[in-house]
Amino acid sequence: MIIIEPTVKQLLIDDALDTFPDECCGFLFGREEHDGTRIVVDILVVDNSKAGDKTRRFEISPLDYMTAEQHALNHDWTLLGIYHSHPKHPAIPSEHDRVAAQPYFSYVIISIPDKMDRASIHFRSWLLNNNRQFEEEKISDYKLV
Amino acid sequence: MATVIIPTPLRKFTNNTARLQVGAGTIHSTVEELTRNFPDLRKHLLDEGGKIRSYVNIFIGNDDIRDLQHEKTPVKDDTVISIVPAIAGGTGGAASAFSKEELARYNRHIIIPGFGLEAQQKLKSAKVLVIGSGGLGSPVLLYLAAAGVGTIGIVDFDVVDDSNLQRQVLFGVNEIGKPKVEAARRRLETLNPYIRLNIYNTHLNSQNALDILKEYDVIADGTDNFPTRYLVNDASVLLGKPNVYASIFQFEGQVSVFNYRNANGELGPNYRDLYPTPPPPGLVPSCAEGGVLGVLPGIIGSLQALEVIKVITGVGETLSGRFYIFDALDFQSRTFTIRRREDNPINGKNPTITALIDYEQFCGMRAVEEAPLKEITAKQLYDWQVRGEKFQLIDVREPHEFDIVNIGGELIPLGTVSNNSDRIARDQNVVIHCKMGGRSAKAIRELQEKFGFTNLYNLKGGILSYIDEVQPELTKY
Repeated sequence: MIIIEPTVKQLLIDDALDTFPDECCGFLFGREEHDGTRIVVDILVVDNSKAGDKTRRFEISPLDYMTAEQHALNHDWTLLGIYHSHPKHPAIPSEHDRVAAQPYFSYVIISIPDKMDRASIHFRSWLLNNNRQFEEEKISDYKLV
Repeated sequence: MATVIIPTPLRKFTNNTARLQVGAGTIHSTVEELTRNFPDLRKHLLDEGGKIRSYVNIFIGNDDIRDLQHEKTPVKDDTVISIVPAIAGGTGGAASAFSKEELARYNRHIIIPGFGLEAQQKLKSAKVLVIGSGGLGSPVLLYLAAAGVGTIGIVDFDVVDDSNLQRQVLFGVNEIGKPKVEAARRRLETLNPYIRLNIYNTHLNSQNALDILKEYDVIADGTDNFPTRYLVNDASVLLGKPNVYASIFQFEGQVSVFNYRNANGELGPNYRDLYPTPPPPGLVPSCAEGGVLGVLPGIIGSLQALEVIKVITGVGETLSGRFYIFDALDFQSRTFTIRRREDNPINGKNPTITALIDYEQFCGMRAVEEAPLKEITAKQLYDWQVRGEKFQLIDVREPHEFDIVNIGGELIPLGTVSNNSDRIARDQNVVIHCKMGGRSAKAIRELQEKFGFTNLYNLKGGILSYIDEVQPELTKY
């Protein structure tokens, strides 16, 4: 399970809407509990460095990646994963997502079926299994106490 | 000692250590040392050839080693090395995005480990041409449509006949007399509304084959005759398309995958590696002549659909380079190894076939030139009736159709015409009709070939045309 609080969610939605119709992308930071539950506390927005069609692809530059790792070390957070948006597409990882996916990372996808229809925006999160296939990771708003 | 910063996703292979110390040397020696100390890192950093993977970036400070001296880049004691995974993705092609309904529909595929959404997406993006929508085509089309193959083409020139229904499970009695491709499309549309169906109500021949086949990624050959089989094989080879082949006869079925290029780029054999030339005409009878057990195409066609799905998705090992034979009587399966031949006339060392040829002639079938049938229109038939012309009217439909509506013809169902040839007049013109004209044409050919009739006329458009043109008050069905 990955917990994304509404304030963090709003940051993700803002980035996805600002970047629409291009794909946005960035990093998720937080901590991992003993039971494997991940809690996202902050995000880092980075540029989509894909040369070419950014409406269907994203790429994060290696320098931005190194910055993210350093950012995690500086705040004593864990780099939990990557988020990106799927403008006008469901929040399901594509083959492009899978091929380039890293183990361990949560891949949070923000689907924006229609920019004008805020209610249609939704999130799903995915993790690679040992067969390099994506499995869905449940998203929750708050940590249950 | 130099420092290596391990990215978060790989830390589970380094005992959760983010920074490792390594000796000075070069990037090559650093990677050697890392993979020696942490063997699980190896497959993530290096490919099968021992080279650094293309999606792994190695940086010294802020510089990519690709801009320095690659693996020979020196590593000093104060060097900080970062391993940086490439981060990328995206929605991909618009065509492969699934709706909520499709995800629900294909759930039992998506949850199979090793198949998953990835294979389902490949199915959706795939274009498969199924040649022949009969015994083999029925299960192939049903399963490929059900599985979610995004675009399916269907080639068949035939109309549905009652004698097809013993094995061609795509069709029902309501489709008798209708073109098979249209009946198939209607059935498949009700099965899966999320796919695209293209129909070709035509004889596949040397003139149209390349044009039709070139639009597709995979060809499924379920034809019942040698000329078309060689035509499909040669066209697939010329276009570089994999051809999933199946055939059936009486109690035996065969399956293979021809002209398939595997992941290593190696091309497998094709039908001409197995049979460079066809058997003499008449030696191997067709199903229409020799018969076939109705369930057999269900078994073999399902295996053919399986191989099509494997070719598309890359899941498992296809039958490329192997030839599978199933004997239904003794329940024996055998699989032979087949190889490419240097003397293959289409893609051996010295190919002699560089374009499609006349396959009827190649298979020795030109000798029996098909003369065009004599036809009569509904209006002409009505004229004959009005003028009181002497002729015999024969209805080759089935009794239940005859009961729905008839125009006073003598009922001799298609399957029984040969046994009833003595009931057909030789001293006057004979008009033969069915529902739409397909079965009556078959009856006429059969009677002409076997008994030498020359006085037979086919009613163009069948009884339906007669009702439209002459007696609209009659029941249409």
